[in-house]
Amino acid sequence: MMNGNSSYKSKIRRARIRRWITIIVVYSILLIPLTPILLMVGWLVAQSISKGPAIGIIPNGFTLENFRFLWAPIRFGLSEYPNIWPLVMNSLLLALGTTAFEIPVAALAGYVLSRMEFRGRMATMKLIVALHAFPGVILLIALFYILNRIGLYGKGLLTLLGVALIKAGLGVPMDTWILKGFFDGIPWELEWAAMVDGSTRFQTWRKILLPIVAPGISAVALFSFMGGWGEFLIAYTYIKRKEFYPLSVFLYSVIGEFVYVDWGLLAAVALFYMLPVLIFYALAQKTLLKLQLVGAVKG
Amino acid sequence: MSNIFSFPPFFEKFVRKLKELKFKIPVRFLRKALPYIFILPFFGYIMLTWIAPVIITIVLSFTKTQWTITRMEFSGLENYFRIFTRDIFVFSALRVTVLYVSSVLMINAFFSLLLAILVTYFVRNESVAAAIRLAWLIPRITPAVIYALLWRWFIDPRIGLLNKMLSMFNLPAPHDWLLTAPYSQILMIVVNGYVGASFGMIIYSAAITSIPRELFYAASIDGASDLQVIRHIIVPLLKWPIFFVTVWQTLSLISSYEHILALWAGGAGVARAAGVEVWALYAYSRAFYSAEYGYGAALSVFLVIIGLVFIVIFFKIFGFERMMQPSKVEV
Repeated sequence: MMNGNSSYKSKIRRARIRRWITIIVVYSILLIPLTPILLMVGWLVAQSISKGPAIGIIPNGFTLENFRFLWAPIRFGLSEYPNIWPLVMNSLLLALGTTAFEIPVAALAGYVLSRMEFRGRMATMKLIVALHAFPGVILLIALFYILNRIGLYGKGLLTLLGVALIKAGLGVPMDTWILKGFFDGIPWELEWAAMVDGSTRFQTWRKILLPIVAPGISAVALFSFMGGWGEFLIAYTYIKRKEFYPLSVFLYSVIGEFVYVDWGLLAAVALFYMLPVLIFYALAQKTLLKLQLVGAVKG
Repeated sequence: MSNIFSFPPFFEKFVRKLKELKFKIPVRFLRKALPYIFILPFFGYIMLTWIAPVIITIVLSFTKTQWTITRMEFSGLENYFRIFTRDIFVFSALRVTVLYVSSVLMINAFFSLLLAILVTYFVRNESVAAAIRLAWLIPRITPAVIYALLWRWFIDPRIGLLNKMLSMFNLPAPHDWLLTAPYSQILMIVVNGYVGASFGMIIYSAAITSIPRELFYAASIDGASDLQVIRHIIVPLLKWPIFFVTVWQTLSLISSYEHILALWAGGAGVARAAGVEVWALYAYSRAFYSAEYGYGAALSVFLVIIGLVFIVIFFKIFGFERMMQPSKVEV
């Protein structure tokens, strides 16, 4: 009897040990590869408020001097900018332009694909799926040709809008698909019921359809805004004049100049540039995962 | 049943107005035309940014276009001869691409599977699991330039942490991660691996979540260990998602170069000297650094063809349904 009891106990103990080992292995595989990433983010914050080069993620003296770019001229090696705000405006214009070019078209197409019957509807949907798989970035050379042909190259702000237009065009298939999904998700019976109760078609659209769809459209719009804000490759390729650099291209040009790196200033500008993205993802995390928007990004 | 598809209200209003004004308008015709009118801007965009560029890439590839992209000068197959016979960089670009795609694919398609299984099956606390997933998303949602800057710091021999961490474990710490060949290639793989891991992770996690719980309960009553559950239940059921992610990621890796361009900043020769210039980046640098647009287009044509072939494969193997819902599990 004693013997049986002790072997039972040792079995439990062994099971408990095995469980702990499992937990340790699981968490180390999940978290150890993440340490570099978390350290990097930690460093970015630490460096932006630190006097000297930060020691790892520990600030080296506290200062807000690095954020002087918000009001004073910035000097990075050879290039000097009177002010950061024109660059911010460029980024903003790019982001807003992308959204404005993209969302109305995608919303209209999504509505048509979801609610109207027409010939070629299925073919259009297949085309969208095919385009979603097809990598747009390999078309940059031809898009450069088009930009030249429609006279938007080397035209300052117009070029910026051209970049927004191209960015929007490359994003339209995906957004159309997501918005079609939204319209699909609204049961037709809802509209029907309202009309049976005597509301006109316009009232139905205004009072029933729009309130349901608006949050979805604004989520997609915000997402496309973030895409425009973070855009680097197309802007870098097509925008050659420094006054019209968005922040991303500006930062890239600074990183490329190896020699005089002021890490503190660089980190502060980078953090400033990243702030909208961080806020957006912190707020919208749940919605994004639910909409599978994050997975929908190419990569 | 014809009511399934509603028309937007202003259209009805418009039609009523027209009737009031006693216009003789073919309402039926308008009804038929309306969807096309609405979807026209969409097709305008598609033409402008997808269809026309594919055609222009192909046309440009048969020209000797240099310096000014709008001045085309046809040269027949000249560019293609050059690629196959005279260009010494083509082979190295090809080799780097094969190394890049195959290695990063291991992370994006298979390591991400491991991550998804661990975070979905083992981590019981839902908010902990969500936090881990979000942390893995950081490399993807960080703008490419910032991500490159962070790595720049991390690998910096003087102030970065990587070499300090490596020497803590008595591992060799090369002075220059960025430009010395095997190390720069390791860096390229790791940097891009972090970006891609979350894609597979999200799709797999959704798939694992949709496996009926009863299967796990039944297995554990029968005495199956966790490893057996993974091997005999989860992985077989995830056959299609794994396949999908693998094919999808292969295509997007073949054509991706943004993060390499961002990290190896500083102009044309940097990525080439570091041995990280993949085919897509090589085509890009021919066009935009040496202004050889025709030649760059010829190099891109190969990528366009690969892209089109993959789309055919997608539709043939996965079909429309599975492409829409890659994380659906068929039990």
